[in-house]
Amino acid sequence: MNRRRFIPLALFGVTAAFLGAGLTLDPRELPSPLIGKKAPAFELPPLGAPDKRISANAFEGQVWILNVWASWCVSCREEHAALTTLARSGAAPVIGLNYKDEREQALAWLGRFGDPYTMSLHDREGRLGMDYGVYGVPETFVIDRKGVIRYKRVGILTPEIVRERILPLVKELQRA
Amino acid sequence: MPRFFMVVLSIATAFYAFAASPVSENPDLEKRVMALAEELRCLVCQNQTLADSHAALAIDLKNRIRELLREGKSEGEVLDFMVQRYGDFVLYRPPLRATTALLWGGPFILLGLGVTGWIAWLRRRKTTEAEGIS
Repeated sequence: MNRRRFIPLALFGVTAAFLGAGLTLDPRELPSPLIGKKAPAFELPPLGAPDKRISANAFEGQVWILNVWASWCVSCREEHAALTTLARSGAAPVIGLNYKDEREQALAWLGRFGDPYTMSLHDREGRLGMDYGVYGVPETFVIDRKGVIRYKRVGILTPEIVRERILPLVKELQRA
Repeated sequence: MPRFFMVVLSIATAFYAFAASPVSENPDLEKRVMALAEELRCLVCQNQTLADSHAALAIDLKNRIRELLREGKSEGEVLDFMVQRYGDFVLYRPPLRATTALLWGGPFILLGLGVTGWIAWLRRRKTTEAEGIS
């Protein structure tokens, strides 16, 4: 009979455990259905050359990183240092996807903060962004030799993520 | 004076009616766009439907829905388009899958537990009451 006294405590414990676990989850971090799928095809002008067109198969056969950014994106400034480190490491080409931005403003932003990208594609209408399921800039994708998306990060890159997730993954994919 | 206000008011509402004209010239299409937008979650403001949201991405997605429907895509194809890009999370009515089984079944399990507990409590009360009387 005495054991019944502990039922409320046990219920509290279970509820607290569930709520506690809930607190550690980031509701903005959604599982991407694109992981393991072929990266969406595209044909977009590079930021610096409006008349040219770059297509997805330009990067086929190598591991590459796609980073979605915009001049209006405040968090992009925050991840800029980590992204620059990643690009300078030379591990893989870092391609920018300039998302829903004006060319002049984007170029001015790169001029002001430095351009870490091998190249930036200009997605003014955000159509390619939609194909990549972009909903919170900045976002970063790692794409393997066969053009399959292997990793997606929504939100800023930190030095830890670059060091512990992205660089090891790129090395692993390059060996494969 | 009241007449003056009436005039001002009627002019103002006339302009309002003009401003509130529908987005598309085709009301049927607009109805289909909104019906789909009610089923889809705004990714930026996660507790709103696309229909409720005025976030830039929500507006883009609504425009895209309109475009897809105009191209002759069916409702199901538009939903597939969204799920392929944003996952099941965009759907306000998630499909029944292994990963969502608990979500669908959970309330019924809880209901079952509650009913069982309640019946057990009622039974016990009956017996203790009976004991009390005797």
